[in-house]
Amino acid sequence: MSEEITMKKIDTFAEHGDGNQPHETHLSIRDFSLFYGDFEAVRKVNMDIPKKMVTAMIGPSGCGKSTLLRSINRMNDLIPSTSAAGEINFEGHNIYARNIDVVTLRARVGMVFQKPNVFPKSIFDNVAYGPRLQGMRNKQELSEIVEQSLRQAAIWDEVKDRLQANALGMSGGQQQRLCIARALAIKPEILLMDEPTSALDPKATALIEDLIGELRQNYTIVIVTHNMQQAARVSDLTAFMYEGVLVEFGKTKQLFTNPANPQTENYITGRFG
Amino acid sequence: MRLETRKLLDKAFSGLGLISIAVMAIALLLILTPIVWRGSKAFIFKGTIEHRRVMLELFDRGNPEKFNQESADAAAARAPVYQMMEAFEAEMKAMDRKKRKEYKAPFREVENALEELLGPMPGQRTPVLLRQRYGQTRWDRALVKLHETLYSEEWDYSNADAMGVLVEKPRVDFFTGTELEPLFQYLEDYLPEMMQPKTTFYYQFITDKSKDSHIFGGIWPEVLGTIYLTIGAMIFAIPMGVIAAIYLCEYAKEGRIISFIRICISTLAGVPSIVFGLFGLAFFLNTIQVSDSKSVLAGSLTLSLLILPTIIRSSEEAILAVPRAYKEASLGLGASRWHTVLTVILPAAMPGILTGIVISMGRAAGETAPIIFTAAVSVGAPLKIWETLSQPTPALPWNIYNLCTEHEAVDEIRHVQYGMVFTLVAIVLLLNLAAILMRARISKKLRG
Ligand SMILES: Nc1ncnc2c1ncn2[C@@H]1O[C@H](COP(=O)(O)OP(=O)(O)O)[C@@H](O)[C@H]1O
Ligand SMILES: [Mg+2]
Repeated sequence: MSEEITMKKIDTFAEHGDGNQPHETHLSIRDFSLFYGDFEAVRKVNMDIPKKMVTAMIGPSGCGKSTLLRSINRMNDLIPSTSAAGEINFEGHNIYARNIDVVTLRARVGMVFQKPNVFPKSIFDNVAYGPRLQGMRNKQELSEIVEQSLRQAAIWDEVKDRLQANALGMSGGQQQRLCIARALAIKPEILLMDEPTSALDPKATALIEDLIGELRQNYTIVIVTHNMQQAARVSDLTAFMYEGVLVEFGKTKQLFTNPANPQTENYITGRFG
Repeated sequence: MRLETRKLLDKAFSGLGLISIAVMAIALLLILTPIVWRGSKAFIFKGTIEHRRVMLELFDRGNPEKFNQESADAAAARAPVYQMMEAFEAEMKAMDRKKRKEYKAPFREVENALEELLGPMPGQRTPVLLRQRYGQTRWDRALVKLHETLYSEEWDYSNADAMGVLVEKPRVDFFTGTELEPLFQYLEDYLPEMMQPKTTFYYQFITDKSKDSHIFGGIWPEVLGTIYLTIGAMIFAIPMGVIAAIYLCEYAKEGRIISFIRICISTLAGVPSIVFGLFGLAFFLNTIQVSDSKSVLAGSLTLSLLILPTIIRSSEEAILAVPRAYKEASLGLGASRWHTVLTVILPAAMPGILTGIVISMGRAAGETAPIIFTAAVSVGAPLKIWETLSQPTPALPWNIYNLCTEHEAVDEIRHVQYGMVFTLVAIVLLLNLAAILMRARISKKLRG
């Protein structure tokens, strides 16, 4: 019976989402908790995020999705009074270990934020920011990587004639794709996206979703969304979180059509959240 | 609240706003108009032949041939004056002793007044003081001196209960019937021929050195001193202020010590400027002795302390106003903190920081009290750059004060005072205008 109800709401699943072959684990999260002061926003989460797949995180607002996502590249360090417990292992190294260089970590784990946050600089300089940071000075190389990144982010054709224009002059959807291009330019292995389409119109959203489908061939993607349709459309795996706890984590199609946990089912069928 | 009341209050409020803006505009107009009007007279005025003589002889400026021509005309017009005086002297010689003595002093007065008006008599030895070598250079001053030549001033104390009354007596009355009698009428009639007034545009007033403590020439040492002091203050205050602001906003952990530092900065902003002046004297000159005497260096350091709080505060505000998203984006791309500050935060905060800087530049240019003990002198030559490390300098704000309180011939040089005020106000206004333009340009660039 539950299947009928959920199927009414979700009609499209990721085309790519049913490979049965085992995937290498890229990130393994072990008993990970994150505290804002005394408040435990993420509670003892265990999760294995596979390589070159799209993992979606869903759950009601305030359940800790963003917090968990931002823990993966330690962006929470910016907020005073946060503390972490447990481990997040990235290729066998705990990123919360003492000897980890946060700057290198962030260069390997790119991030796209909820609101497009382009710099008030030219389109070119926005994309070239990361490579320059890594010491690339050669104009030729820079141009190449900028073009490549913009092509990957499916925005090259729209901006190739005005690379020197200020990025703030672009539309919201274009800005968000520019942010993706900027994140890709540092050649990360993992791409974190925190509700990347929530500030965009449906057309721009569709473009970005297509883009995610393309990018999954080369990158491990973790995307937070409160839009279940979106999670179903783009992801291979879905995690459902509730009040800081990881309630259920599994293949997207299975989670949506046949959830193991009644809380998940309630959420998916829209009985709360 | 009823709708009508609300509407009424709205109207009253916008009315009050308009009124206060109007009051401010009028006040500004009332202050600026006289400054501009009188100050412009230092630059545009009716200059006499004496002005052109000064320019030619002291500043090597002007066309000698044309000047000689004019000078000959003026000399021709002046010749009868000197003839009459010679004739009167001969007449005096022929008088008996008693009568001669009676005429001697009044004649001496006329002679002196004429020397002030026209310059030294022909054949007289060159006077020692520069100011005595030339007659009146400005037509308005020439008219004043003419009046002094024509009338003697006496005080009437006949009413012992009241204050003395100034009585002006025509000197001609004293000399009636002598060879000197026609002199006074002649002076009145032929002054323009003797002085050759011409509308003069003396824009070099700003860039000329002053001669004989501002009696002739311009205000370049003061202008240059002000520029040195301002730039010097900026050299110390900008790096310190901006770096402090970056530290406070981006690096410091909020806590007791930081709150204490913030309180100190706010307090510093409210300290009277004379206190900074005394501190500068006590610390920079007496304690650490950055130079042996007052110097531009010591003054700049003192001024930089004065404007430091303003720069810190405006920079802090500008940095805090930079969207967090920029910072996150940069850090998320693997930038280090200082790299984020340099490449993202500072550029985005630049309009605000620059505005603060330029406003404090205006402040540094106009402050008097901090430089009284540390940098300013009333008379001095324009300094070479390296001399600023050890030498004091004249500066506009201090010299404006000094000219009107301590100069020995205040009345002669009112135009210089107003010229200085005008120049100082112009410098400050230009700086503020530059701030506005710069801010507009940069924020336009940032906005895309
Ligand atoms: N900077 C912060 N300081 C304190 N509490 C925070 C902060 N950010 C988020 N939280 C709290 O942590 C919980 C999880 O937040 P978040 O991860 O943003 O949720 P989500 O992205 O799932 O909506 C919420 O209860 C929120 O109030
Ligand atoms: Mg969120």
